[in-house]
Amino acid sequence: MSPTSAALTTAADTHGFLSPTGVEIAFLLVGLVTFGAALVTVTTRQLVHAALWLVATLGGLAVEYLLLTAEFIAWVQVLIYVGSVVVLLLFGLMLTKAPIGRSPDADSGNRWAALTVALAAAATLIWVVVDAFRTTWIDLDGPAAGSTRATGESLFQNWVLPFEGLSVLLLAALVGAIVLSRQAKATATEQPGAGAGTSTGRRTTPSAPSANTPSDRSTTAPAPSVREPSATDAPAPDAPAPDAPAPAPTEPGAPSEKEPR
Amino acid sequence: MHLAYPAVLSALLFCTGLYGVLARRNAILVLMSVELMLNAVNLNLVAFDVWLSKAAEETLHSGQALTLFTITIAAAEIGIGLAIVLAVYRNRGTSDIDKLRDTAESHDTGGPDHDASTAPQAEKAEATA
Repeated sequence: MSPTSAALTTAADTHGFLSPTGVEIAFLLVGLVTFGAALVTVTTRQLVHAALWLVATLGGLAVEYLLLTAEFIAWVQVLIYVGSVVVLLLFGLMLTKAPIGRSPDADSGNRWAALTVALAAAATLIWVVVDAFRTTWIDLDGPAAGSTRATGESLFQNWVLPFEGLSVLLLAALVGAIVLSRQAKATATEQPGAGAGTSTGRRTTPSAPSANTPSDRSTTAPAPSVREPSATDAPAPDAPAPDAPAPAPTEPGAPSEKEPR
Repeated sequence: MHLAYPAVLSALLFCTGLYGVLARRNAILVLMSVELMLNAVNLNLVAFDVWLSKAAEETLHSGQALTLFTITIAAAEIGIGLAIVLAVYRNRGTSDIDKLRDTAESHDTGGPDHDASTAPQAEKAEATA
């Protein structure tokens, strides 16, 4: 950020650009830590370390919210992001058997194109933002603009309907996540071709990898295709359409397999 | 505080997340980068809300309300995204988004041998059934 001398003279009567206040220095230092942690997050080759550096980034952002006197947002950030989102990400890394330690293929082949795009976007954005707001100052004195009282009053006086809509969205996300996990699990367990007409109609794409594994080891494997990664590229999305209804009516052990579900 | 400080930090964080989305291979790392981009937007919203609440006497606090909405939607998004990633991992044995090319139109990588390898397996599935 390098404002020209004209901007300096217009703003110098109340604020000096070259004499930053204590809040600005603190914001700058925390911002450097945050940005550095974000850079490590997107460049490290150890997947678990990326999640842990993401904690540093999100925590640094919470401190930035506190410096901007938005305390309620800061605590929501700590609770939701650091508390639950990162834990969810760590669980996801664990459940997908992410390698502990260095994984050499963490970065894609188009890394340099991505770097070019990101640098161009950064240069453009910073130029536009600094050019637009170089004489603008946030007044942080007086009562806090983002105290819990102010946020709550505005949220429950002016934003009640979107707030209730948001709860409906959260409910939809909850149901959606459960349906997504349940469907894959039901497909994996009832894989030997069990099922009446209703269940075969529902399992469309996920039944493709289970259809081409032999049925003798189907009772022991909850996720058959996990154990043979060589066959993971094989099933095409157009494969299940012809053979998904095929195993259902001809399997003799169908009712007994269907019972425990 | 100079408004350029949070704005520039937000732009930098957004571009870091953009790089991560474009350059990462693991689907969960892509989700982390999406979270970075959403957080950059949140910082912008909070900074401009604090500025406008003093400069323009704006009492609606729309920036902070939108920030709360963004945080909630990001939580929902990460839940659904992880459920999708886990379903894909269960079916394919990988969470590498470079290998999930079933809907790609390329002819050199997937193409003919792809169909050739699926055809016998479909026949085998029908035979075992």
